[in-house]
Order: sequence, then structure tokens, then C-alpha cells
Amino acid sequence: MTDSDTTVRSVYIWVREGTWRASVDAALSLAPAPARFTLLHVTSPAAADAAYGAYRGLLGRVGRDPGERVEALASASAADLVEAAARRLGSECERLEIQDDTERAVVAASADADLLIVARDGDRSRLGPRSLGKATRFVVDHAACPVLLVWPEAAPDVGTIPPPPHHLDHRGR
Amino acid sequence: MLAWAVIRPRGWPEAVAAGPAAVILIAVGAISAGDAGAVARRLGPVIGFLIAILVLAHLCDDDGLFRACGTWLARSAAGRPRRLLALVFVTAAVTTATLSLDTTVVLLTPVVFATSARLDLRARPHVYACTHLANSASLLLPVSNLTNLLAFAASGLAFGRFAALMALPWLAVIGVEYAVFGRFFASDLSPGPRTRPDAGNGDARMPLFTVAVVGLTLAGFVVASAAGVSPAWAALAGAAVLAVRALARRRTTPLSLLQAADLPFAVFVLGLGIVVAAVVGNGLGTALRPLLPAGTSLPALLAIAALAAVLANVCNNLPAVLVLLPLAAPSGAGAVLAVLLGVNIGPNLTYTGSLATLLWRRTLRHHGSAPDLAEFTRLGLLTVPAGLVLAVLALWAGLRVMGG
Repeated sequence: MTDSDTTVRSVYIWVREGTWRASVDAALSLAPAPARFTLLHVTSPAAADAAYGAYRGLLGRVGRDPGERVEALASASAADLVEAAARRLGSECERLEIQDDTERAVVAASADADLLIVARDGDRSRLGPRSLGKATRFVVDHAACPVLLVWPEAAPDVGTIPPPPHHLDHRGR
Repeated sequence: MLAWAVIRPRGWPEAVAAGPAAVILIAVGAISAGDAGAVARRLGPVIGFLIAILVLAHLCDDDGLFRACGTWLARSAAGRPRRLLALVFVTAAVTTATLSLDTTVVLLTPVVFATSARLDLRARPHVYACTHLANSASLLLPVSNLTNLLAFAASGLAFGRFAALMALPWLAVIGVEYAVFGRFFASDLSPGPRTRPDAGNGDARMPLFTVAVVGLTLAGFVVASAAGVSPAWAALAGAAVLAVRALARRRTTPLSLLQAADLPFAVFVLGLGIVVAAVVGNGLGTALRPLLPAGTSLPALLAIAALAAVLANVCNNLPAVLVLLPLAAPSGAGAVLAVLLGVNIGPNLTYTGSLATLLWRRTLRHHGSAPDLAEFTRLGLLTVPAGLVLAVLALWAGLRVMGG
């Protein structure tokens, strides 16, 4: 084994609505110079499926299926998002747009990467188990490569951590 | 024969199935031609009413009403996901109530998706809100849902009184949905870092003339109904005004209006009505009658709504309401409205509003992966039973105050 085995060559950047800027910025400031970047975006079929399903529920209608329109809009907005991320990245990069179950697709696509950059989502006003969204949690748990978890905004100060529970104060250490 | 009639036509959402099925049933004598004619005379005006509403909604879309809604949503939400959800709730509830659930599903849902994408927000909570409210917010007015139009005809209520009795249940259900959505989608709705969304891009102005015509049409429903005239005429008048204007301005074509009227759907509803009447007449009515409690006491209303919800989920809410209305009508308007609560709120329990369509249509999907049924069903389990119980309580209270 040599040191070159741990060199970060392939960096995957998971871009998502709302938090993609932070992921791209982390890649720019933290990834080593020779790294190749891949912008990874996954479109979950959930929204289009909901529209398809609702239209199926309207028994017997003939006409425009809103599921098809949502699907077309979803792939257009995914392309726009990846394009915006590529512009922010500024350097040459690969683009990977997948339509599948989000969390599993991210894990599968990034299996051979040297690093996966993930932005926090979820309820960040109370940091704890729910401060990562379901998909992010799954990726952090199951990713086959190292994961870099970044804040979409400035990380909170250490002073914001609540004090330890009260009863501990009375135990002798 | 009965089993065939129960299973096949309900699993087939196309007019090509329901039309011939009705003809066959008449031919084999499962329903007499006279009875079938009576069903057609009863359903005809209701279907005409629905067609007028569909055309009206289509013309609103042509005039940019929903594009303007998207612009308004984007601007007012100011990039905040929870505020967008609240605004989507208001828009979807009002759209469903005034222009029917079809309009929300077909015309509003894609606009809401595009709006949330433009704001760089996750679309799922907002799109799910549209599909849920298309069902549960369709309680308010007779025009909000075809099931309502059928019940409205059966209940003998005036338009204004129907709306007054359903207002409280409508608000109760929307409240339950909003409370559940806020928790269920908490992580999708957590605010991202503040960024300036590209407002001003593709802004559409609110078409005030069209909004005014829709408003006047709604007022026309109440006035016409109070004067003893069918409110369908008001819908026809509203659609005619917008149609003439759009044709004069060459914004639409007669063919496009004809497509918006969705005549195959009218044939389908008529066929379905005859098939259901045959099935009810040949035993289903006698089988279900003991299950449906008489009267409008609170337990009776709860039982009626629950039975209606179950039946809507087993087949679909359209056949369910056709089956249950003749059984509930003798107990009075309260029982009819309880049926509506069940068939309108119930479909959110399953992904396509019914198990039959779900099983049938699953193979017809465009893309590979299976839909996230578990998530959708969990959301349904959280909203439907609670919404149904609260709505029935609200209806019961309204009946007590205003009199059944």
C-alpha cells in the first residue's frame, strides 16, 4: 500500500435544491487541485408519481396528463440546476443526472468516488437526529466512499451547543 | 354476471368500456331500458354542469390565470418553503372549491411544481399538497367535485345552503392536512440559506377580466339556485362569456373547446351510472342497505362517512357515490353530505384514490421504478382518519345549528 491510494481524484458533488451552492463552494475550497468533479443530481419520481396518481384517481378523464408535464418540468429544472452548479464551479466537470429513488441512487452512483460532498438539510434549528433529512441520513449511513458533510450556511458557533443535562452536575467525576 | 359487473367496469376507467357495458346490461335485461333512461335523465344535467365547469377552467388557463398564480406564489413566498406551502394550500383549496378538483390536478399541479423549482425549493410537499387538497378541499361547493354535483342533485339542497353546511367540514379538513403536512415534510420545508430567487423572470399578470367572470359565475350559482333555476345555467353563461371573448381574440379554437369539454368522459359517467344502477338493483343495494345506518345522529353520520370512504377506496369515489346516494337520500341531506365527506376525503388514503385503479394502472406507468407507495400511504393514514372524523363532527355541529 502506498500513499497514492488515498489521493482524492474523483470528487462527487451531490447538488440539491436550496443547498447546491454550499456543496459546490465546499468542492472549490476543500478538494485538492488534481481532483475531477462530478455534479450528481437525482430527480425523485415522487412528485411526478403523485401527479400521475391523482390523475388516475379522476376516473375516465381524457386529456392532458399532469404527470407527464411534471415529469418534463422536473427534468428541465434538474438540467437548469446542474447547469447553474457547473457555472458556479467554473471548471470542467462531469454531469450525472439520474431519475430514481434519491438516496439509493446517490449511494450507487458515488460508490467508486474518492469523496462525496453532501450538504446538510433537515431541521437545523434543533440539531439532533432530525437535523438531517431522510435521504441525507441514508447517504451518510450507507455511502461506500468518504463523505464530506457541509453546512448550507455558516456553521453554528460551538457556544450554541446546549449545556449537558442537569443531573450530570451532581455526579462526582 | 353480477361479479362481472362489479369488477370489470370499475377497473376500466375508459369510456370505451363503460359505454358498451351499459348497453350489454340493458340488452341482457339487468336493467330495463326505462330505468336506464331515468338514470340518463338524472345524470344528464349534472354532466352538462360539469362540462361547463371544465370548459370554464380551460379558458381560465388559456387566459393565463394559473401562470399568474405561479408568479404570485413565487413572489409572495419570497423563497421561504413554509410560506410557499401555506400559499399553495390557499391556492389549491380555492381552485378546487371554485373550479373543481380536475382543475387543481391537471392545471395547478404543474404550475406549483414549476414555481417551487424556480424558487430553488423541494417540490414534493407542494405537489403532494395539490393532489391531497384536490380531494379533501373539494367539499365546499357543489361544483368542486363531480361527486358533489351528484349529491347536490340528490340532496335537494340549495347552492348556498350546501356551501354553508360544508364550509366548516371544509375548513376542518384543510386544517388537519396543513398540520400534518407541516410535520410530515419538516425536513423538506426547513429554510435553506437565503438567496435571491430570480423573480421577474417570466412574470405573468393576473387576468382580471377572467377572475371577475369566475367570481360572477360563483355568485350566479347562489342567485340562480335561490331563484329555483339550475345553477348549471350560471356555469354555462360564465363559460360562454369567456369562450366568445377567447374566440373573438383568436386565443382558442372551437376544436380546443370541444376537447376541453371531454365528451368521452361524459359518455363514461353516463355508462357508469347505468352499470351501477344495474348492480345496485341486482343485489348490491340489498347487501349494503343494512350496513348504512338511518338518521343523522353523530354515530350514524360517522358510520356513513366511514363506509363511503372504504367503498371509495375499494373501487373509486365515483361508483361509490352512485351506489350510496340512493341508499342515503331517504335519511335526508345530512346523510347525503356524510357520504360526500367519505368519498371526497377517503381517496387520499390510497395513491390513486382507489385500489382498483392502483392495481390496474400500475403496469401502465411511464418510468421504471415503483412509486413510493409506503410514504404516500403513511401520509394518507395520518390525514384521512383524523380529517374524516373532524369533518363529520363539523358537519354534525353545522346540522345542529342550521337544522338538517
